[in-house]
Amino acid sequence: MDFHLSKEQEMLRKMYREFAQNEVKPLAEEVDEKEMFPEETVKKMAKLGMMGIYFPKEYGGAGADVLSYAMCVEELAKVCGTTAVIVSSHTSLCCAPIFENGTDEQKAKYLPKLCSGQWLGAFGLTEPGAGTDAQGQQTTAVLDAKGENWILNGSKIFITNAGYANVFIIIAITGVTTDKRGRTKKEISAFIVERTDPGFSVGKHEKKMGIRGSSTCELIMEDCVIPKDRLLGKQGKGFNLAMATLDGGRIGIASQALGLGEGAIEEAIAYTKERVQFGRRISQFQNTQFQLADMHTRMQAAQFLVYSAAMKKQNHEPYSMDAAMAKLFAAEAASDVTRRAVQLFGGYGYTREYPVERMMRDAKITEIYEGTSEVQRMVISSNLGVK
Amino acid sequence: MKLIVCVKQVPDTSGVVAVKEDGTMDRAAMDTITNHDDLAAVEAALQIKDATGCKVVVISMGPPPAEGMLRELLARGCDEAVLVSAREFGGSDTYATSQILAAAIKKVGVEEDDIILCGRQAIDGDTAQVGPQIAEKLHVPQVSYAADIQVEGKTVTVKRLLEDGYMTLKVQTPCLITCVKELNQPRYMSVGGIMEAYSKPYAVYNFETLKDDPLIDLDTIGLKGSPTNVYKSFSPPVKGAGMMLEGAGKEACEKLVALLDAKHLI
Repeated sequence: MDFHLSKEQEMLRKMYREFAQNEVKPLAEEVDEKEMFPEETVKKMAKLGMMGIYFPKEYGGAGADVLSYAMCVEELAKVCGTTAVIVSSHTSLCCAPIFENGTDEQKAKYLPKLCSGQWLGAFGLTEPGAGTDAQGQQTTAVLDAKGENWILNGSKIFITNAGYANVFIIIAITGVTTDKRGRTKKEISAFIVERTDPGFSVGKHEKKMGIRGSSTCELIMEDCVIPKDRLLGKQGKGFNLAMATLDGGRIGIASQALGLGEGAIEEAIAYTKERVQFGRRISQFQNTQFQLADMHTRMQAAQFLVYSAAMKKQNHEPYSMDAAMAKLFAAEAASDVTRRAVQLFGGYGYTREYPVERMMRDAKITEIYEGTSEVQRMVISSNLGVK
Repeated sequence: MKLIVCVKQVPDTSGVVAVKEDGTMDRAAMDTITNHDDLAAVEAALQIKDATGCKVVVISMGPPPAEGMLRELLARGCDEAVLVSAREFGGSDTYATSQILAAAIKKVGVEEDDIILCGRQAIDGDTAQVGPQIAEKLHVPQVSYAADIQVEGKTVTVKRLLEDGYMTLKVQTPCLITCVKELNQPRYMSVGGIMEAYSKPYAVYNFETLKDDPLIDLDTIGLKGSPTNVYKSFSPPVKGAGMMLEGAGKEACEKLVALLDAKHLI
């Protein structure tokens, strides 16, 4: 087991950090306050190869590895949770399923534009009646009479990047199957839908507690017509594709949680070394020291889980449980650590003058999206064979 | 056309400045960065490369860890890197350094349409001597303090940033230009660039590599070949807090005059 980063990974971390400090941090407050999607930042990240980090160069990617991607999301989240999730959703939930399941034609058509950041990607699974119960899908996809086009009908909600994405991975019901015992089951498939496809539209933008600059919207498909060759993966294998995609997505969200917690600790260390009460810097009080020691220890443990899951994905080892554990632990740690950071700041921490209250609001979502903490526990226990 | 850029790894003076007991700087205890003016020279070279497709070679003289800096410059888009490093070169002042760098540049090869770029000065020594001395030793024209560089064939138009204004000069290649950090905003390394940084051409020139050059003589390089001797370096004593005079212009002026008068300074 090697806990050392490669020279390239060390250099990448330095570059991500410089970029985050100089380009992302100065905008973070405005992004939150004005619910502003940081379009210019996305363009800059695209230019630097941050929108396709672990995909091969032949598809327009940067040719790095999954851990290098996780570190990117982590460094961005240290200063801005919104910017971090844009990269995470785009990479894990749109580029990855196309790279892992697409035909040669689909990969050639979509990946160069997505990995170069010319196009932004999103993923639509959740519906008003199908959240954690993802099998409860209502969106349908039917082949037309000539068998040339799929016709999609239904709606998706809470879709990250929706307002700015060009390409969407959409999960829909393509039929009903009956098993040997005569029980019926929905046949679920995955599709690639483009923003400009007829019958496709982006609906209501959600106002959120945190990651407020992230574009979270409804997707509406009304007789949305897409060519037959937009089916992603095999027909009827869409649910497995969605679950496998979310396994990868969890590494991204766990990295986001990790960065949020670490960012809050950096802010708290700087603040407690300056703030004077009772004639002493508050960093001189044992409570502050012990709090920060516990906070850092938790985030360090989270980092090991996240990096280990990323390395297993990179090495094509089973990583579903690892990603679930990483996300569960990192998200709960981030919520706890950011809350404690606000406490260390006292009244100032509760104001928008300092970034820790934003980090606390941003951290909460990591316990919810791409599978709630409860779902992660279901994944972990089922991997343990506990039924 | 080829661009040769000289760069130096310097202590990060924005962090902790460590001084040893003998008064010399404790470089090992300080973080290192690429000298700001040199980064501007690298960025200028990369912009010319973006426009013309020419090759960019970076050269640095320094200890083996300077490789990290050179790899980062390769990650920004430079094509080749040369580290000039040998025990014999240690302790060199600006004169000796320019002897060695000029020899290294000759080894890389200077063609008719090449340009050598340097930073104006390094933040640790602040001499601004190495670039001009290299030009003299290579017998090429030099233009210092470049705030804008335009290349058209073998003619380079350089806008010099002077204390009281700008001066625009035209110069023929091969030439040497020293750059100020106001010249541009250096780009970031890219993810793809970092992944290629360790597979791009990288060479180390030691004493053996350069010893046949007439500029390289044990009496003209290293500590022995350096006419400059640093007597002492120290942190200046910390000044006390200043006094801010409040009030409108005239009122503040009167207060100031009264204070200066009380101290018998006017």
